[in-house]
Amino acid sequence: MPLVELDKKPAEGGDPEERRMMLHMGPSHPAMHGTIQINVELDGEVIRRADVEIGYLHRCFEKMSETVVWNNVFPYTDRLNYVSPLINNAGYAMAVEKLLGIKTTERCEWIRTMMSEVSRVTDHLTCVAASAMECGAFTVFLYLIEAREYLWETIEQLTGARLTISYCRVGGVKGDWSKDFEPGLRDAIARTREKIHLTDKLLTRNRIWVDRMETAPTDAAFCRRWGITGPWLRSSGVDYDVRKDFPYSIYDQLDFDVPVGTRGDNYDRYLVRMEEMRQSLRLIEQCLEKMPEGELNVDHEGRVMRASDMKDHGARGETEGLVMDYSVAADPTLQGTGSDVVWSVRVGDRDVTLPPKEEVYGSIEGLINHFKLVMSGHGIRPPEGEAYQAVEGANGELGFYVISKGEDKPWRVRVRPPCFPTMSALHAVVEGIMIADLVPTFGAVNMIGGELDR
Amino acid sequence: MAKTPVPPSEERLLPRVRALLGGRVLDSHCHRGDETIIVPAESIQDVMRALHDDEELDFEILMDLCGVDHMPRRPRFEVVYHLCSYRKRHRLRVKVQVDGPEPVVPTLRDLWPGADWFEREVWDMYGIRFEGHPDLRRLLMYDGFEGHPLRKDYPVTRRQPLIGPRN
Repeated sequence: MPLVELDKKPAEGGDPEERRMMLHMGPSHPAMHGTIQINVELDGEVIRRADVEIGYLHRCFEKMSETVVWNNVFPYTDRLNYVSPLINNAGYAMAVEKLLGIKTTERCEWIRTMMSEVSRVTDHLTCVAASAMECGAFTVFLYLIEAREYLWETIEQLTGARLTISYCRVGGVKGDWSKDFEPGLRDAIARTREKIHLTDKLLTRNRIWVDRMETAPTDAAFCRRWGITGPWLRSSGVDYDVRKDFPYSIYDQLDFDVPVGTRGDNYDRYLVRMEEMRQSLRLIEQCLEKMPEGELNVDHEGRVMRASDMKDHGARGETEGLVMDYSVAADPTLQGTGSDVVWSVRVGDRDVTLPPKEEVYGSIEGLINHFKLVMSGHGIRPPEGEAYQAVEGANGELGFYVISKGEDKPWRVRVRPPCFPTMSALHAVVEGIMIADLVPTFGAVNMIGGELDR
Repeated sequence: MAKTPVPPSEERLLPRVRALLGGRVLDSHCHRGDETIIVPAESIQDVMRALHDDEELDFEILMDLCGVDHMPRRPRFEVVYHLCSYRKRHRLRVKVQVDGPEPVVPTLRDLWPGADWFEREVWDMYGIRFEGHPDLRRLLMYDGFEGHPLRKDYPVTRRQPLIGPRN
């Protein structure tokens, strides 16, 4: 079923059956980001039939999620879309919070939103960079990967890791940011803007780029039939964006535009991504402006107490007045997780949130609280039920469908990967186009093996 | 800070869905704002066609399709469909329950081609057959893989290497 009738004439002469050639692209092919195989049947340079084969990166995400406690799923979600892991983290956290029926603190919502937007920019940067490189624009690749580096440095500053961040928790995030985070992020935004502007000048009106990218159009009806969402759908003229249509977190308090295309071809997909990056940078700045001050010190007064003191006096039985005399501070490596700030980014529900470290080390209640949450057979237990939470991932609607049987482990964690429907429709998109156009088309899907194969 | 209670869920769509589908709605509930109906497996094609064509509901998108294994509960398997409407901005969850050694659900491939891979994945992971699917191959696992890994009775520790250990 070719989607569009292209006036590509079949090659001249000879028997059409004899001219037919099978070509296996992948699973190890420079243009197949991640590992995927596309088997195409060619007539000359025109693709007559295509079959997409996935599963090379299947790591049993859903099965493994059923074997660990609710909070331990976070490291697995990092590895779904490994270019924008914060969005996966936030999506899963929101799904479990919906199941629990709790709402996290306002400051936490703002931090999650802001970091999701940072991740969206890094994801689009990667996509545009890779597509441009595959079409020969290597300079653009270097510029955009450099811009991604600025943003990943800020992510590292906040979460402690560049890629496998595991920053969110059920009921909050790991910690608040340090003082020098905000200027660093503002600087990264300014420098990223510059790189996007450079890319715009290099590509958007570049004759070679435009000719290569004005290929593989799809219309809105096609996207609806195949369940396609995200930039691909928006380039086809549908303004569906989960952030606008099913506003979650604090997106209804922010001002941003949803770009839509008119022709739905690769060039429109590129333009939509470029504009979404600018909108996301706008959103990050709004978040920085409006970020509410958290409520500090909800139920603990930070007191400094050295571990050696605690041990010496405690061992001699001199416990009277011990807590009043000393105070505890979080280890310097746990920056941002001290009790003076942590309650502003975590929900104060002791059935859900791990207490700050100085409470764990400084009081018996904190210690018991901690162990009740991490010990096998205890922990968070959402009531029996199910919840589906959709967030706008960088490639479209990212849905988490979680089922609880009232146990400390999830019964089922289902991910609706955004690039899955697009990949399932890819064969219909590429049938009838030239083999060389497969590369930018596949690039515009922005297939992420981690979330596609799980 | 205490738990912030989520406001009680309102049934926004269910009255209309019940009126449209009549006796085919076996059960319905609205948990945490997610409206859900359960319909008989054999009527899933008619139900989806009706939800798709109805102007008020206008469910044009099959957002997600997945399987769930409720072992040891009977019926054991569920196939869960998440529908969405871009234009009307609402969602609905539709479930069918199946059981037996070879559970079968009619395919939705004709209504939504996008169901193609989703159904192949459910077949791969749960062994639920989709009747009428033209190309029900495994999707994520390889040909020759034994069993269906997301079933609850498939052990987590079981290994099936394609290439066995050498020496």
